[in-house]
Amino acid sequence: MSAAGEIAAAVRSGERSARQVTEEALAEVAGRDGEIHAFLLVLADDALARADAIDQAVAAGHNPGPLAGVPVALKDNLCTRGIPTTCGSKILEGWRPPYDATVVELLRRAGAIVIGKTNLDEFAMGSSTENSAFGPTRNPHCTSRVPGGSSGGSAAAVAAGFTSLGLGSDTGGSIRQPAALCGVVGMKPTYGRVSRYGLVAFASSLDQIGPFANTVADAALLFDVLAQNDPLDSTSLAMPSPATVSSVDEGVEGVRVGVCPDLIEGCAPDVAARVYEAAEALAAHGAKVEEVKVPEFAYGLSAYYIIAPAEASSNLARYDGVRYGLRVDAEDVATMNTATRTAGFGAEVKRRIMLGTYALSAGYYDAYYAQAQRVRTMVMQAFDRAYMSVDVLLGATAPTTAFALGDKVNDPMAMYMNDVCTIPSNLAGHPAISVPFGTGDDGLPVGVQVLAPALQEALLFRVARAVEAAAPPGVSR
Amino acid sequence: MSSAGEAGHLSRDDVVHVAQLARLALTDEEIQLFGAQLSTVLDHAADVAALDLSHLTPTAHPIPVENVLRPDEVRPSLDRAEVLAAAPSVESDRFRVPRIGGEAP
Repeated sequence: MSAAGEIAAAVRSGERSARQVTEEALAEVAGRDGEIHAFLLVLADDALARADAIDQAVAAGHNPGPLAGVPVALKDNLCTRGIPTTCGSKILEGWRPPYDATVVELLRRAGAIVIGKTNLDEFAMGSSTENSAFGPTRNPHCTSRVPGGSSGGSAAAVAAGFTSLGLGSDTGGSIRQPAALCGVVGMKPTYGRVSRYGLVAFASSLDQIGPFANTVADAALLFDVLAQNDPLDSTSLAMPSPATVSSVDEGVEGVRVGVCPDLIEGCAPDVAARVYEAAEALAAHGAKVEEVKVPEFAYGLSAYYIIAPAEASSNLARYDGVRYGLRVDAEDVATMNTATRTAGFGAEVKRRIMLGTYALSAGYYDAYYAQAQRVRTMVMQAFDRAYMSVDVLLGATAPTTAFALGDKVNDPMAMYMNDVCTIPSNLAGHPAISVPFGTGDDGLPVGVQVLAPALQEALLFRVARAVEAAAPPGVSR
Repeated sequence: MSSAGEAGHLSRDDVVHVAQLARLALTDEEIQLFGAQLSTVLDHAADVAALDLSHLTPTAHPIPVENVLRPDEVRPSLDRAEVLAAAPSVESDRFRVPRIGGEAP
């Protein structure tokens, strides 16, 4: 699939029709998604109707927007009015939301075409997309391997060439880790940059919606569309987000890059080698590269796996069989609640709800939850200290390349370790991005992660673009 | 229940109690499996529990959260029919549920 920017320019100029682009995307999906299972739902009729509307707007001399005719894959925890939104869970199977997520409205206004809703770990809890109630997604580069998760469907859709762009959500790495494993670009914005209205809540103080793309410039293009203040989300930032796409090619001359061993040394040697090569490439292009140790990051994983389940246990209390979703009938409400939740949630969701409930329960709150929140403060202060000497940090995104389906799904702690390099940015609310950088010893994609302080997305994309420009060949498609 | 000081190891009673709080019914097999798995995660958190962080203020949210107000204007809300159409059971424009607690049906 062509780059989003190229498609939009061609559609706006009338050189290509949105219908033709959409038909090509749908043909790709029809051809190979039986094998990949990136999509839970393909919206062929809606997409074609939307494409025709775009073409009519162009014919009438209107500008349909910066994403005119660009096919997009939407993670299925983003609400679409009247269109099933499952969160990969049996408890929401068949539910049709009565409203659109703000990002869905923003995509529409920008002229994008939503091709379908993509697979995910149930309620975005997981790092492999194996926790979906509707079956796993497979890595397009090697179908015996996982695509990562939880936004594995959107990452795989972009990697397989089904769509140019995808949307995911990132609570502890759920955009960046699948991007790394699938060899695409995935970015988590600053907390509050993108409205969470209509994103089904997992851990509200950590969740953030962000873009997938094949190139850094496309990710920036989509980010600029999404980064708008929204009165419907009280955590939406009031200050405007400066355009990022216009400055991606400005280079890294003089930019201070901190290579962070705490985000590298625990990784597989082939992954670590790629990160150090990326650092050398940035130095060759004029960046001032130095080592910056942030040992506090080591505590992030434990803190996250208390905080996120605690928030989840509270957020998922709403699935009670009363207002929407599954109900398993029983003679009284409490029994109905329990029967519904027991039948509707999968094992990982139950584990996290239990972990969170335990961490918040009387007698354990201070030892686990309050302590984890203090670690959060410690990690944020550690970031502040690091950013006194450098402008951005560089590390790995995921500890390994894509692993085999079934490898870790029965060992929660091994699965959680996938998020060790991505979690610090969520705890601090900072932006971060994964950029493909060559391959591991198994020939599968490696992602290099760039981290930046809050609100510094323009700088983040610039450095990411420089990493991309220096990247050795990835996996051939 | 075990004290939080002895990190990790959830007893069978702990697991059953937490499941009840969370409105989940577990099989015997799940009680055993989840108990062991959750203990592993809590063991991992023991390194954090051991840190002296009493000088730090807990952070609940990455950005300062303020109350956001809007002008008190009448606006359309969600469509009632659309919302009720998603409910498992409805009666007279209300969500219908089975009897609550010990009340007579």
